[in-house]
Order: sequence, then structure tokens, then C-alpha cells
Amino acid sequence: MSWYKRVKEGITTLTSEKKAVPDGLWHKCSRCKKTFLSEDHQKNCYVCSNCNYHDKVGSHEYFEILFGEDFTELFENIYPSDPLGFKDTKEYSKRLKESQEKSGMTDAMRVAVGNLNADMKLVVACMDFGFIGGSMGSVVGEKIARAIDYARENRIPLLIISKSGGARMMEAAFSLMQMAKTSSKLALLGKAGIPYISLLTDPTTGGVTASFAMLGDVNIAEPEALIGFAGPRVIRETIGKDLPKGFQSSEFVLEHGFLDFIVVRTDLKAKLSSLLHILMKVPANQLSN
Amino acid sequence: MSHFDFEKPIQDLIEQLDELTKVHEKGKVDMSSKISELEQKILVAKKEVYGNLNGWQKVQISRHPERPYTLDYIENCFENFIELHGDRTVKDDKAMVGGFATFNGQSVLVVGQQKGRNTKQRQFRNFGMPNPEGYRKALRLMKMAERFNIPVICMIDTPGASPGLEAEERGQGEAIARNLYEMSVLKVPIICIIIGEGASGGALGIGVGDRVLMMENTWYSVISPESCSSILWRSWEHKEKAAEALKLTATDMLANKLIDGVIPEPLGGAHNDTALTYQTIKDTLEKELALLNQKPIEQLIEERIHKFSEMGEFIEK
Ligand SMILES: [Zn+2]
Ligand SMILES: [Zn+2]
Repeated sequence: MSWYKRVKEGITTLTSEKKAVPDGLWHKCSRCKKTFLSEDHQKNCYVCSNCNYHDKVGSHEYFEILFGEDFTELFENIYPSDPLGFKDTKEYSKRLKESQEKSGMTDAMRVAVGNLNADMKLVVACMDFGFIGGSMGSVVGEKIARAIDYARENRIPLLIISKSGGARMMEAAFSLMQMAKTSSKLALLGKAGIPYISLLTDPTTGGVTASFAMLGDVNIAEPEALIGFAGPRVIRETIGKDLPKGFQSSEFVLEHGFLDFIVVRTDLKAKLSSLLHILMKVPANQLSN
Repeated sequence: MSHFDFEKPIQDLIEQLDELTKVHEKGKVDMSSKISELEQKILVAKKEVYGNLNGWQKVQISRHPERPYTLDYIENCFENFIELHGDRTVKDDKAMVGGFATFNGQSVLVVGQQKGRNTKQRQFRNFGMPNPEGYRKALRLMKMAERFNIPVICMIDTPGASPGLEAEERGQGEAIARNLYEMSVLKVPIICIIIGEGASGGALGIGVGDRVLMMENTWYSVISPESCSSILWRSWEHKEKAAEALKLTATDMLANKLIDGVIPEPLGGAHNDTALTYQTIKDTLEKELALLNQKPIEQLIEERIHKFSEMGEFIEK
């Protein structure tokens, strides 16, 4: 395989979002076009060391970044169904099957518990945009609900990583009610005094923004992510004007008071660790990172 | 009063009846037997049409411009209403109204989205689409109701939360999310009634309750049939198909255990006999409040959270 071809394949894989990690030896940044060794790019948490572009990655990468190999996946046995026998241009059951085959995942959410540090356990519920746009249906809601219960019962802090286009229309009102389901479970977690950190990544919109993603004790986001309730297209059509530059970006949402801070992915683990040590009142261990 | 296409068979018969009545009143020919025959036919036609409404037809009735809105229910079903304004942060949202009132002598809080009837009012009410300050006003009032141990009644009627620059700047997502969170553990009984349109998060933002009821000719879903059609079919043409697929009617929602009950409407919809509609709502509230008032609040909250936790269909292997 020629060097050129490898680079090119790396790009193709990325833009089609089939796989977050290109198989090729080289990774080319989809924004600044600079080329890096894939291995280095992975070590840099899939962030471009030239322009700070954060590649869109999924649960596989986030678990690796936060836990390395040291984690246990939870609630893997929950699969989507087609409660309404929904059919638009395609049957939902068929769509599910195709998405499962294409992504190798069961639905748009995975949950894991592991050691962030030797002295700090963490439950992570992470959305996968590669599965029907990271949309929230019954499985996403149920896995979040169980992750919250698990965190509460075991008194382990919770991180939810959001990356979603919003509701899963093919589950209609079932999808809508996941907003109430997850939010009410979070209210119980709050009463139990267990910290919940919400990490919003590109993109986080719709019913996800209007429920668990905005309900963190601490809301944080990756740089330059799209974060909003209504999608930019809907707003543009409603107001009949182009949107101001940077509208609905992480930086915009921070400026308007709905985020606590923006975190570069390479700092995520360390920042989470110090924050949680303080909130959980665990004395900081210098060797813990 | 405006009519829908599917009401044409009924309208045709009513026109015939008007003609006959005119002839009869002139006194030359006795039409009384024909008149009662036709009246019977009209009743049969009404039962036929209104008894077999499909999803899209119910969506149309839910949007009928003469349908009672939140303030109409407040005026006709409650006494001593005092409207309270503002979220104490930004402004007063006219698309969300709220205040305290009495119902059969019991103090209650009523909040709900408010639509307008003419162009000017519609704009004033932002078409019943609240901004974040609307949800925050509703929450402020609910927290006050909790402080004074007063039950909450939410009237839901919205085509959705307002999409716009200011709504995003002021955190529409956070405002709705906060309401879901706080309502799920609010220490007073909450009754929610879908009185018209229940569109997505904008409806759910005041929709977490011990009893969630839908009136017979309303809809409640994650998206409107029109928007669903435009996204999934990439055209606005398939709204009827979308309305069917979304299973958004009160009967479907009850069958899927996503609401707690259906409130019947007069034949043809709430606007056809508003006096009867108000009486039905009063009877419903009386019954539901009596039931909820009996239960200890800890039990209510536990059951409330449990109910929403059970919503969703999945396979566990
Ligand atoms: Zn890259
Ligand atoms: Zn770059």
C-alpha cells in the first residue's frame, strides 16, 4: 500500500464516520489537513496537535481515554425493539438491524464502570453518534437510568458523555418520555449526594440537551462543539436570517452561563480526576494520575 | 365556525335541515316528520365521522381556533384566579400563563401554555411557544405551590418550545431539563392535562405529573406530524402518514402506557359544546384531586418517578 493511499483511506474512513480510528499509518486532520502518525494522534486523544480539532469519537475511544483497559461494561444485554412498528421510507426494525451490523453496537449508548485513578471509580455512560445519529430511544434512556441507579447504589460518581442529534423519531413518544425518565433518576442521584458530571460533545442537541445533558452538577464541553436545543437549520428557517458566527458553540454556551468550563480532551482525565477528588472528598494522591 | 373537510357529510345534512326548517316555518307544508328523520341522520353521521377520526384528523381538531385555551379553562373551571407574572430573571413570557385560584374551595396553582385567537393575539402569545423564561416562570410558581402545600394543575397546549436566537442564548434546553428534574420530586400533587397540542419537549416541560391526562382530540408526541414528514420523508406531503406512524392520539398513548387517562370530549370536539367540556374537566379534576390528596407525598413522588422509569420498550437478553 502506498503512503498516499493510506492517508487517503484514513480520510475516507473518517468522513464516513464508519470508524473513528483510521486503519492507516497516517492520520490527516480533517480541518487543517496536517498529517500525523496515527499512533501519535491516538495518544493525543484524537485531537489535532496542530489546530486543536477534536475528532468525533465514540464510546470505544472515551473508555480508552478515561480507563485504558481497566473497565467493565454494564447493561450490554439491553437491545432496541420497535414498539410502534414504525415505518417511514424504511422499516425501523430494518434500520436497527442495518445500524447494528454497520456499527457493531447494539444501540447509541454504552455504559462502563472503571477506575479513573487507583482511588477514584467512575461510571461512564457514553453516547455513540454512529448509531442513528446518537438519537435517544428507549435503550438510551434505560441504560442511562440504570447507570444512574448503579452510581447511586454504589456511591460512585457519574459521567455522561452526550453526542446526539436528539430524539429517535421512530420511537415517537417513547423517545420523548426518556427525557422525563432520565431527569427524574438524576433528581434521585442529586438527593443521594453523588456528583454527576455532564460532558457535552459535538453535537449535542434536542431532547438530550433538554434533559440529562444540561443537568450536570458540573456541565463541561469539548471545544467548538455544537450545543443547542433547536437545531441551527430550524432556527435559521424560523428567523429567516443567517445565524451569527459561533452561535450555539461551546464557547457561546459557556459565555451565556450554561457550562462550567470547556475542556480540551487531552486534559479531560486529569481535570475530572481533580474535580471528583474534591467533590467526593478523597484526598488527592500525587501518584493517582 | 370553521369546518374541516372530513366534516362535510355532516355539514351537508345540516344545510338540508336548515332548508327544511325554513319551509316548515313558512307553515305551508308540515315537515316535522322529515325534520326529525334528518336530525336522526345527522346524529348517525356525527357518530360515524367523529367516532372514527384518524390521527391527522384529531391533530386538526386539537388546533381548531375555537377550541378552549388555558385561560378559558381557568375562567370557566376555577374561581378567584390571580395571575402571577415573570420569571424574576429576564421577563414575563406571554406564551406561558400561571397563577393561583380555588377549585371547589381548595387552593390550586394553574399553569399552562396560552395561544391567541387572532393574528395580533397569536403574535402576543408567540403562538403558544414558550421561551426559557416561560418554563422558569412555571417552575417559580410550582416551587411556590410546594412551599404553601398547594396542588399543581398544568394545562398543556403548545406546538413546541420557541426556536430562536434568544431562546438559545437563555438556555431553552436547560430550562426544560430543570423543570423535568424539579417536577419529578416536587412535594405536591401534580395533574397535567393535554388540552390541545402536546409537541415534544415544549409540552413535557410542564408535563411531569402524578396524573397525565389527554383530552380525546389532542395529540402528544416527540415531533409534529408535519416536521416528522419533512425529516423522515423529506417532504411536507406525508403528514397524514406521519400522524399514523407516530401513534400520537390519546387512545394510542394510553395503550402504550405513556399517559394515565383520556378525558372524553363532546361529539366533534371540545369547541362544539364548551359548557359540557368545562363540566367534564371540573368533574375530572374533582375526582383526581380527591384521589391524590389522600396519598402521602413521599408515596406520590415514588410512584411518579416509578411511572416514568417504566416508560420505554426494549429487549433484555
Ligand atoms: Zn484528526
Ligand atoms: Zn488540525
